[in-house]
Amino acid sequence: MSDASAPDTTVRHRVILAKLGLDGHDRGIRVVARILRDAGMEVIYLGLRQTTDSIVAAAEEEDVDAIGLSMHNAGHMTLAPDMLAALEAAELSIPLIVGGIVPDEDLQPLLDRGVACVLGPGASAEEVANSVRSAIAGAR
Amino acid sequence: MTESTESAARAQWQAAYNAAADTGALRDIPFDTMSGLPVEPVYGDGPYPGQYPYTRGIHPTMYRSRLWTMRMFAGFGTAADTNARFKEILTNGGSGLSTAFDMPTLMGRDSDSPWSRGEVGRGGVAVDTLDDMLRLFQDINVGDVSTSMTINGPAAVMLAMYTAMADETGVDRSRLTGTIQNDILKEYQAQKEYIYPPRPSMRIVTDMMKFTAAEIPRWNSISISGYHIREAGSSAAHELAFTLANGFAYVEAAVAAGMQVDDFAPRLSFFFNSHSDFFEEIGKFRAARRIWATWMKERYGAQNPKSMMCRFHTQTAGVSLTAQQPEINIARVAVQAMAAAMGGTQSLHTDSYDEALALPTEKAARIALRTQQIVAHETGAATVMDPLGGAPYVEWMTDEIERQAEEVFAHLDDLGNGSILEGVYAGIDNGYFISEIAEAAYRFEREVNSGQRIIVGVNEFTDGDDERGAILRIDPVVEEQQLANLTAVKSARDDNAVTENLLAVTAAAGDPLVNLMPVIINAVKARCTIEEVGDAMEKEFGRYVEPAII
Repeated sequence: MSDASAPDTTVRHRVILAKLGLDGHDRGIRVVARILRDAGMEVIYLGLRQTTDSIVAAAEEEDVDAIGLSMHNAGHMTLAPDMLAALEAAELSIPLIVGGIVPDEDLQPLLDRGVACVLGPGASAEEVANSVRSAIAGAR
Repeated sequence: MTESTESAARAQWQAAYNAAADTGALRDIPFDTMSGLPVEPVYGDGPYPGQYPYTRGIHPTMYRSRLWTMRMFAGFGTAADTNARFKEILTNGGSGLSTAFDMPTLMGRDSDSPWSRGEVGRGGVAVDTLDDMLRLFQDINVGDVSTSMTINGPAAVMLAMYTAMADETGVDRSRLTGTIQNDILKEYQAQKEYIYPPRPSMRIVTDMMKFTAAEIPRWNSISISGYHIREAGSSAAHELAFTLANGFAYVEAAVAAGMQVDDFAPRLSFFFNSHSDFFEEIGKFRAARRIWATWMKERYGAQNPKSMMCRFHTQTAGVSLTAQQPEINIARVAVQAMAAAMGGTQSLHTDSYDEALALPTEKAARIALRTQQIVAHETGAATVMDPLGGAPYVEWMTDEIERQAEEVFAHLDDLGNGSILEGVYAGIDNGYFISEIAEAAYRFEREVNSGQRIIVGVNEFTDGDDERGAILRIDPVVEEQQLANLTAVKSARDDNAVTENLLAVTAAAGDPLVNLMPVIINAVKARCTIEEVGDAMEKEFGRYVEPAII
């Protein structure tokens, strides 16, 4: 990463993490929550079985800088675009980050549709924290 | 053991072994090494396999009479798609079926629910109505093949559908063999596929235990599962401790519901994870048997030896599979399968190498089955019982895991003022299980992240992560097909019968003296859907929301 795009580590970012839909695999999102906290961010974990509406409402209320969704059930190509549409409908320009099990060939289509970044299995703590900071920087 | 009890134990075991041999119960193969060296069935000291507390195995002959059941978990798309995969598994030498349901089904939602969007048929097979169940097992003789169904929140509805399927296809209920996971307690701790709060959920579980004991006596009414606890990140000792504590909780709940221990405990079975630390896993399996036997006898007064035997299914650790260089997962699975066999499992699912990427392709699933066939037939692991028993390290590990588990039981017993059941409820309410598991998961991530713990292909030896092979993609048309199936059922059924049956379910839910199972069976025969039946119970039971604590 070049210096010009180095993420700003001095601001205390606020990030929502949530599980959208029925998928209950929450090991990853709980680890990510701790990684982001250790990286100095404020994490608002909404928990399981959220809807696009509940996430939009929380994003407005909490005035967050980013939203992270964790997906392990192959629903990402449906649910991530649903989330983007809901954010757009609410006129919120908050970067959306997707983590979980996403096959390689789905990465570019998700980015093309407006997902800020996708974090897969094996992403290191630094990658996770830096990706979130970069996504926030990119949205500004 | 003193010398005289040791020789008595040896003689007793030998007599049991010889009796099996005399009746032709042993497999007709030479029990020798690849080089032709004959080997004894068991080495070392007693208690021997088949002897309390069963540390060395639950049968006096173990795999010499019957190999573990090679039970491969499968399910995707529509019921017809999974039916075809089931037939393929049976043709390829699989000896039992295991059903993976899609997420909406696991959560008791119909395919046409707004919650189901994008998930229908993706992570498993979609089952909305009895007609789907009939398609799922079409042309498979469920009187002869044992079936496992991995479902918990709506387990009562799924067991009702399976029973109704047998009724409608003319198979006597008493011939049905299999297992329904139905382990609701670990859902609040790890897997999170609950519907109702813990206490009403336990009433459903005890109703199912009573129903199966009376109607489907060869059915395992619960598979008490540590698998998901481990996958969520727990240590091996906590996997074991939380699982057995849940087992004690079910025993206490069933006794409180008026059952006698020996009437249901023989049908309790377990489900463990087999991870990559070979010796730790084997110690865990051995400790599981010893603890269960001791507690069932000493604390719960079981007298039937079958009530004391910890029978378990094992699955290799999905969470250990890497998305990087996925083919190397075949080696991980082989080691984990070896640990399960040497730990004395009753059945085994071996994971496919591509599972960190997607549901397994047919080829990957076949390699996984072949892997356990190699362990069974080529390695000698099935020739000698408890082959590592007596090894100082393995005996120490067994003792140490037992010691750690006893600490957890003492904590829960304390929390519950002398009741493990109340202690487990309290641990769910106060976040004990969730935070212990999450903390262990985070500790592991930090170790991997810092490079202290090497995961091949992830943080070391990373060359060679080239093109990914083909993965299984679920055609979106599956969702349309399933919605069409559901619409067809809904338009053909008698709406009055549906309404009446659902009212009956709600009424039964409101009366703890009524067993829910017969009422639910009637409802699914009237083609009430899984969600309709679940909602009818929710009216009485409410819905559980997990506190969002990290």
